[in-house]
Amino acid sequence: MLRLRDLKCYYHTPRGVVQAVDGVSFDIQPNEVLGIAGESGCGKSTLLKVLYDYVQQPLQIVSGSYEADIPDGAGKVKTMGPGEIRKNWWDYISYIPQGSMSVLNPVIRIENQFFDAVPKNHPLKAKGKKAIRERVAAYLKELELPVEVLKSYPHQLSGGMKQRVLVALGTFLHPQIVLADEPTTALDVVVQKGILLMLTALQQQMENTLVVVSHDMGVHYQISDRLAIMYAGKLVEYGPTDAIFRNPSHPYTQMLIQSLPRVGDRAQRSGISGRPPNLINPPSGCRFAARCPKVMEHCAQLEPAVIQIEDQHFVSCHLYDEAVS
Amino acid sequence: MSANLLELRNVSKVFRIGGLVFGTRLVAVDDVSLSLPAAEPSILSIVGESGSGKTTLARIILELEHPTSGDVLIDGHPLYASGGDGLRGRDYYRAVQPIFQNPFEAFSARKKVDRYLFDAAIRLGIAANRKEAREIVAEVLESVGLDLSRLEGKYANQFSGGELQRISVARSLIPRPKLIVADEPVSMIDASLRMNIVNLFLELKERYRVSFVYITHDLSTAYYVSDFIAIMYRGSVVEYGPSDQILTDSAHPYTELLLDSVPTVDRKWERDLKLPDIELKEYQAQACKFAKRCKYVQAICESSAPPMVQVSGERQALCYKPVEFEPQATGKQAEVLRS
Repeated sequence: MLRLRDLKCYYHTPRGVVQAVDGVSFDIQPNEVLGIAGESGCGKSTLLKVLYDYVQQPLQIVSGSYEADIPDGAGKVKTMGPGEIRKNWWDYISYIPQGSMSVLNPVIRIENQFFDAVPKNHPLKAKGKKAIRERVAAYLKELELPVEVLKSYPHQLSGGMKQRVLVALGTFLHPQIVLADEPTTALDVVVQKGILLMLTALQQQMENTLVVVSHDMGVHYQISDRLAIMYAGKLVEYGPTDAIFRNPSHPYTQMLIQSLPRVGDRAQRSGISGRPPNLINPPSGCRFAARCPKVMEHCAQLEPAVIQIEDQHFVSCHLYDEAVS
Repeated sequence: MSANLLELRNVSKVFRIGGLVFGTRLVAVDDVSLSLPAAEPSILSIVGESGSGKTTLARIILELEHPTSGDVLIDGHPLYASGGDGLRGRDYYRAVQPIFQNPFEAFSARKKVDRYLFDAAIRLGIAANRKEAREIVAEVLESVGLDLSRLEGKYANQFSGGELQRISVARSLIPRPKLIVADEPVSMIDASLRMNIVNLFLELKERYRVSFVYITHDLSTAYYVSDFIAIMYRGSVVEYGPSDQILTDSAHPYTELLLDSVPTVDRKWERDLKLPDIELKEYQAQACKFAKRCKYVQAICESSAPPMVQVSGERQALCYKPVEFEPQATGKQAEVLRS
């Protein structure tokens, strides 16, 4: 449904070119929850911006391709690229941004923010505000949100409530693709669980695709069907979530999972030492080599290829490359 | 030398919201009593969601916020006493040191990071001159895995969040405090680096025999690191006890709800669960503040406040449920239940 091929997106800054997304290729399927995991600064939010076709200076697509198959309303499917995909915001692809506290316009009532979200050529727009209000009110009821929030200003709502309104705003036109950037990072665990379950319930009901970016592996384990692990602008491992947790193959994925403390288990755990490389001048070869416990001689020179290790499960590491090791 | 390093006796803090006439009272900390023994260094975690009062409690222990009522004692010395016997100023900061949540805000962008460490050593009277200070600073940095030569002359923006938080920890160690109060020290740090900081606390506890009050909303690191856990909800400590017992066999329904909400990688959630919303009313509730969300709720929970019950040994819970299930309930509590 969405296809990325060797996509490279760089930030052009006065200090140099930041290679935030560097040669990423994968497909996003219909009706799935895709998780994207990684540390801060690994390029996962940049990747999401590109998927949303929200590429603005200083970010630029340098090479590679990004395509989406979008139904044109007359029963046909059109393949579109960057620049065209954005014309289908809200009703085909929507985005739930990071930081629910500050993304809603503070001086506009929630109701009007819903009105603004309906695209110009959408049939609802022609029916007028009353029809939209009815539709939104019915949708909020479905999500068990009080209808009174429509008349409120954002500051009158709690953090969890704002995040729910953002989820409602991002999904009320039933888009085929919902992108969520760290949807629960600033929230408490109890509220977090409520929102994650709400997101997945909506996905199952609409049978669309949900892409969730989070640094919390626990969140991915709970909600995603497929998982992509990013490190320093590259995909290091991707596959079905169950397969990745059952058989984590890249040393980085292994360390990410092992570093999670668990209630009921006091075994000694350690974090990953060192820090991610500078993306202005990234090291040659494997970018994880400097922090990798299983580093080999050629890791610092040769860039690892993508290797399939089991059905649907891919990893980019020299450990699994028979030609090299 | 007192038996308790830290003792909180019926501490409350009330904030006024809004105007003088129409304003409401918000009880941020509601009659909290906790203690940390002095004999062995230990780590007490205070776990709660936002609005549970855990940060206000930390600020009260750090002498940054006056409690509305109640006493705070450090090693037997009262913190907020009038007259001469209160512990304050330099003496206080030699005994108790803070670590704050956001390492990027804790350091000024215009001041070299090593200056903070030298200034702390000299101002607290630990070192008489720069030469002595240098030795002390080098040692505390070494104990958090950093090298003074790598820090010298650098500014805060040249370090990552994890490194800055290590420097904060090193700074707090300079006066060899008895107690370090860490308010959400890992919430701004990447999940993959959190364990490095948390492991550091365990190491320092042994090496410097320093106790910690670890404020967090993360149950899994709290379980990993602490000896005792206090669970806070709407200003009250609802459950307290040794950490392994509290989290593997919780007595209070709120602890159960918290545990159930942690996104673990061991067991998937049931998908059809409905979660109720938070209400401000809960702060002002006269009875159990958790009653509206509790799955075990009974009539008595909504009419009168539950007692703090000794569940077993050192474990306490602010709930009627253990009274019912445990034979240790005192006569008075049983009476309350029957009435």
